[in-house]
Amino acid sequence: MKRFAWTLFVLMLVAFPLFAGDFYVNLASQIFIAAVFAASLNLLVGYGGLVSLGHAAWVGLAAYTSAWLYLRMGLGHAAAAPLALLLTTVIAGIFGWIALHASGLGFLMITLALSQVLWGTAYRWSSVTNGDNGLSGLTRPAPFGLSLDKPAAFYYFALLVVIVALWLIAKFVASPFGAALRGTRDEPRRMAALGHDVWRVRWITFVYSGFWGAVAGLLFVYYHKYIHPTTLSLTVSAEALLSVIAGGAGTLAGPVVGAAIVLTLKNYVSAYLERWNMLLGLVFVLIVIFMPDGVVPGVRRWWARLGRK
Amino acid sequence: MTPALELDGLRKAFGGLPATNDVSLQVAAGERRLIIGPNGAGKTTLFNLITGDLRPDAGAIRLFGEEVSRLKAHERAHRGLARTYQIITLFPKDSLEHNVVLSLLGLLKSRWDALRPLASQAGLYEEARRILGLVGLEERAALPIAQVSYGEKRRVEIAMALAQRPRLLLLDEPLAGLSPEERSGIKVLIQGIPPDVTVVMIEHDMDTALDLAERVTVLHYGKVIVEGTRGEVVADPRTREVYLGT
Repeated sequence: MKRFAWTLFVLMLVAFPLFAGDFYVNLASQIFIAAVFAASLNLLVGYGGLVSLGHAAWVGLAAYTSAWLYLRMGLGHAAAAPLALLLTTVIAGIFGWIALHASGLGFLMITLALSQVLWGTAYRWSSVTNGDNGLSGLTRPAPFGLSLDKPAAFYYFALLVVIVALWLIAKFVASPFGAALRGTRDEPRRMAALGHDVWRVRWITFVYSGFWGAVAGLLFVYYHKYIHPTTLSLTVSAEALLSVIAGGAGTLAGPVVGAAIVLTLKNYVSAYLERWNMLLGLVFVLIVIFMPDGVVPGVRRWWARLGRK
Repeated sequence: MTPALELDGLRKAFGGLPATNDVSLQVAAGERRLIIGPNGAGKTTLFNLITGDLRPDAGAIRLFGEEVSRLKAHERAHRGLARTYQIITLFPKDSLEHNVVLSLLGLLKSRWDALRPLASQAGLYEEARRILGLVGLEERAALPIAQVSYGEKRRVEIAMALAQRPRLLLLDEPLAGLSPEERSGIKVLIQGIPPDVTVVMIEHDMDTALDLAERVTVLHYGKVIVEGTRGEVVADPRTREVYLGT
């Protein structure tokens, strides 16, 4: 039944560009990118209990690296993409090593500080990043000779990446390692006494989460064909964190739903309302009041209650 | 024969206040040792030092002859150390069997497996149910911790520790908060622990657990006051002083 519902949902997503206009197809593509980004952050926040406010680092780092390799080094996408993923994941390993010396609020502050360093660097290191002008003149890749320039083509590309990302993240979460990760979130001391290396479990998760953040970064730079320091800003990290919390931290679908809410409000409502940020704030306040653990668990509970009546 | 546990001049102070004050003791392999002492005697601190939750200020901790005071808690677990907690420390949203599976995983290589689903590893869950059977909870295996009674949680605490197949087992007030019937049930469990497992047990009351141990150590203000066989310790005037204040 559940599998049937999911298949139906994916089929609907596949059919979507056939009847939707370009605006909505592009909006959906952006939601896919934000969904990968939020899902990667959810590994840390939801399953690891480690709240990061610096997740924009991975999107920005991967996007800048890919853009720089393409523009300045003359590398093709096929070479630039894996290098960008590799570099970002290695930096995630270093940042994780630093940040995981603390937990809780300390961890949050260190992730914030480290990502602010990158943000400042992107502004100041003009010879590489072109500073406040950002890097433009980029192209989208053409895997197997298929151009991704049309909205629908990019949509399918992003959809494929989302499906693969969520599938692998789901496998990760359901594995023994995933169970150990949740254990370290709930009772780290007990987990250590049971023989689990809490620090290493967290570090591996940090790196894995950084990797999927980098994947989102590549999608991001391919979509916009442009990268600016604001992508590394606190706002981007905070928006992802809001998506995770609003959708439901520690659930697979939560970050996707959260990303859809944020992106829809941002892109759709901002066309009609200048103060769309206020509306976004209001929506979050309502979610927190009526579904404190997020939309996905909240709706599930309502559904169960309806079923009992 | 090397002792299972050897503490040598162990010290730990919190903000100048010594919680463990020059504690030295030896527990032979296979022994059942009871550590008693009034509130604030430093019993749980002593356990936290042995398991690696706390770092000692000075002194040595030897497990089966190996100095472990610089090892992390999980490394000590891999050397055969297991413990239970005075304040129940379980995973409340997860089922009893999942709790025990987490314990089993702790010492298995497959705890690093991030690809195959845990639920597909039927052997682990079978083993978890077998261990829950040892503490009389096989029927409750699928229930979440939050839905079983306090006494049953105490049994899960012991099941988690048994799942680690420890060589040295530390029981931190395993009888705390239980009714007399529940107590005798847990005592039977403790008496049923395989004889090659060394057991060190903390109790707050003197009388409740005396029959479980051959040797008893009395702790007071972080110091070992009396140590000896059950009879010696009960007869010692210093024991009475600590407990009766006379």
